[in-house]
Amino acid sequence: MTGVSVTGEIDAPLPGPADFAAWRGQARRFLAAGLPPALVSWRVAGEAPGLFASAAPPETVAPLSASVPASVPRSFLEAAETAIRHRDPQRFALLYRLLWRLAHDEPGLMQVATDPDVLRLHAMAKSVRRDAHKMHAFVRFRCVEMADAPDEDSGADPVGAHYVAWFEPEHHILEAEAGFFIRRFAGLRWSILTPEASAHWDGATLRMGPGGTRREAPAEDAHEALWRAYYRSVFNPARLKPAAMRAEMPVKYWRNLPEAREIRGLIADAPRRTAEMLARGVSAPILRRQRPPPAAVQPTALPDVAETMPADLFSRVEDPAAALAALRAGLMGRNDLPPWTAASTQPVFGEGPLGAPLMFVGEQPGDEEDLAGRPFVGPAGRLFDRAAAEAGIDRSATYVTNAVKHFKFKPTGRRRLHQSPDAGDITYYRPFLKREIELVTPGLVVSLGATALRALTGKPLPITRVRGEMIEAPEGFRIFPTVHPSYLLRLPDPASKEREYARFVADLVAAREAADRLGS
Amino acid sequence: MELRRKLEILADAAKYDASCASSGTETRDSRQGGIGSTEGMGICHAYAPDGRCISLLKVLLTNACQFDCAYCINRASSQVPRARFTVRELVTLVLHFYRRNYIEGLFLSSGIIRSPDYTMEQITEVARQLREEHGFRGYIHLKTIPDAAPELLARAGQLADRLSINIELPQDASLRQLAPEKDGPGIRRAMAGLRLRIDEAREAGRGAGRAAPPRFAPAGQSTQMMVGADAADDRAVLGTSAGLYAAYGLRRVYYSAYSPIPDASRRLPPQAPPLLREHRLYQADWLLRFYDFELDEILAGGEGGMLDLALDPKLAWALKHRGRFPVDVNRAPREMLLRVPGLGARTVDRLLSTRRQRAIRTDDLARLRLPLAKLLPFLVTADRHPRAGLLDRTDLRQMLAPRAGLAAAARPRQMVLL
Repeated sequence: MTGVSVTGEIDAPLPGPADFAAWRGQARRFLAAGLPPALVSWRVAGEAPGLFASAAPPETVAPLSASVPASVPRSFLEAAETAIRHRDPQRFALLYRLLWRLAHDEPGLMQVATDPDVLRLHAMAKSVRRDAHKMHAFVRFRCVEMADAPDEDSGADPVGAHYVAWFEPEHHILEAEAGFFIRRFAGLRWSILTPEASAHWDGATLRMGPGGTRREAPAEDAHEALWRAYYRSVFNPARLKPAAMRAEMPVKYWRNLPEAREIRGLIADAPRRTAEMLARGVSAPILRRQRPPPAAVQPTALPDVAETMPADLFSRVEDPAAALAALRAGLMGRNDLPPWTAASTQPVFGEGPLGAPLMFVGEQPGDEEDLAGRPFVGPAGRLFDRAAAEAGIDRSATYVTNAVKHFKFKPTGRRRLHQSPDAGDITYYRPFLKREIELVTPGLVVSLGATALRALTGKPLPITRVRGEMIEAPEGFRIFPTVHPSYLLRLPDPASKEREYARFVADLVAAREAADRLGS
Repeated sequence: MELRRKLEILADAAKYDASCASSGTETRDSRQGGIGSTEGMGICHAYAPDGRCISLLKVLLTNACQFDCAYCINRASSQVPRARFTVRELVTLVLHFYRRNYIEGLFLSSGIIRSPDYTMEQITEVARQLREEHGFRGYIHLKTIPDAAPELLARAGQLADRLSINIELPQDASLRQLAPEKDGPGIRRAMAGLRLRIDEAREAGRGAGRAAPPRFAPAGQSTQMMVGADAADDRAVLGTSAGLYAAYGLRRVYYSAYSPIPDASRRLPPQAPPLLREHRLYQADWLLRFYDFELDEILAGGEGGMLDLALDPKLAWALKHRGRFPVDVNRAPREMLLRVPGLGARTVDRLLSTRRQRAIRTDDLARLRLPLAKLLPFLVTADRHPRAGLLDRTDLRQMLAPRAGLAAAARPRQMVLL
């Protein structure tokens, strides 16, 4: 960089109070010329120049040569573009000082969150963002009705109506934020007047104009009475927290908010209203109700365990489909369910035709099964479907169910972590499973995994030892044990995954063939 | 009835629903027609003196209701005056308010009239007219009636940004007692159904080459749970929320301190709302979701299944786990810094970024305007170590308990002589 010889401060006027492009161009030239921050006196054109400032020498205002190294972190540019709208007259100098430090020996400066200049930059940018956000929130339009405008109560946008707002932003944000109002009210004609400038949208183009006064905006709007009524009504006097309100809606904005004139009365009256509610206590119910509630949802006594289970198990039934439905309804209404079931969505029952040649029994519903209320629809279910198809099994002709009918899990953030059912859980649901088997009367029951096998046989058997061997249940039906498809999903390496998958398909083929033999 | 009177009744009837969020939906605007925009960030257009944000026009379509929920101002047996908006009236009101920039959109709920399906149809019709007849692009939050037909819920999801069903109470048993017509398992089944549809629409939206993915409640679903209306402790409340977040992908669980209503039921006498408890539950909820705290850890900060009312839950936890402190601000991993009382996630990220450049000293913390009195007993900086024995002092809790504001109200009142 070439140094320039200057004696006093250099006057650096910018065309507007928040003209980032102009500041950026000028700052790059100064930087290229090696002009230290202390020697630049920034101002907005129209403001008086610094007392000792002299016009910039030609080499600092000339067009830039291509060789200028002006790469700065993106985080600086983003913050600077926002911070330049701050009303602090020192903003241009601060930005140039940061640029200078970044370009000289502190390239990592932006990461030093505790550096005073960096802190100030972020504080300014934050203040500007907050001001913009409050402008989006607190601008209140008043409608100037045109004589020829159609009745607004049609709900349609009145043609010719002009929506005018008076707003007093803290920083130079009007032009930057006009886009928000264009996107929101593109089809309306509106103006926002501020002390410093005004923005006018006619439905097609934005025009920036000079500042105005409050008197130029309409003094009232017919809908403000409704809005104030709404504001009064949503307030809950029993929760009075005026400091929380003021933190988010600072008093300086109140004079331009029509609803703010209600605040004082609401606060003053709140203790009396609350005391009155508490003192009044309960009131008698009205005799004539709005309408009788539907009878079906009246609470009924829950069935007791001893009365209903399992006395009628393994008796002959006339209508197995109805009995299956009754079994389902019976489980939903029980009052002795394991306590963890309270966190589940619903019991998940079996699905498939009665008399299916093959019945598959899994462990318990998983996350997706719990949400959908159907068995075998999650990842393991999809893997099972694929394997069954490969094994030549007609999935729609099989019956699938689980040993345990509710999803047992532990919540972890946004997910539910599967938890294996314990011996007590298996025992609890066993009568339901047995009844289900009796009603479905499958040709062969295929148990998937250890839980199902335990539920079916009543004892803990190691799958590895009995896999693929036909077992006879105490009740007389036949069981074909294999692994649970979720075991395949958990295998870490692709090679063993592939090998075990092939073995699982082979088991399913064997089960199908066994069922064929049993059926013939 | 005059429109203003209706508005007063139906806004008053809706104010016990805490949710007023207008954030987290898709980006849209009116440059191609219609009116309104949503840009991700929610906007609170006003604040009431109860400190609550007013973002949406939050009203009931009608406060007539067949249900007789003891905690509700609109229960069938209450003596409140009843009113009902026509669909047209409400649609027009939303547009008038929106054009004047009073609101971000509409939050619509309703008492149950005739049948759940009829009620849901009426609610949905308001949203349909706004979207289809007036090209309304603002935010719409619809309260969903859990027993309504699935087709109606599907339609509601196409029109609304957010759907919500209130779980109402932390335990099904309390719901059976206080809201006999409501059905806890039915509410969870409906939430599960919404989750499946929301996920499905989101998945379809991610798929490449799809012109218009089926839209379904892009701002997700939320719920509300009342606190203090039944005997449930904080463990039950937070445990239920943790289950709901994990199961149904809720954006938010709102906690609402049971507040006295003008016409209270015999089954639930009026009482001052437990505002501080509500506040602590929100703090704990935040720690569970964003700070990797486990439910048992948070509750360990309090006693007997209740949070410590006098301290924020993170400070309460730290005071009971003093052996894990002090931690070195220049060395500790992110997860541990997040556990230091007084350090938020944003601050922690700034500290991590700074310490890669230079060692952090105590005056750096002061410059970041952090609450030093709360922080320093737990933190080692480049130039300072907590005084020996400070962390072992039995009165550290008294030293750190806040002396002003809401929390001070939880301290035992001192007797004064007249």
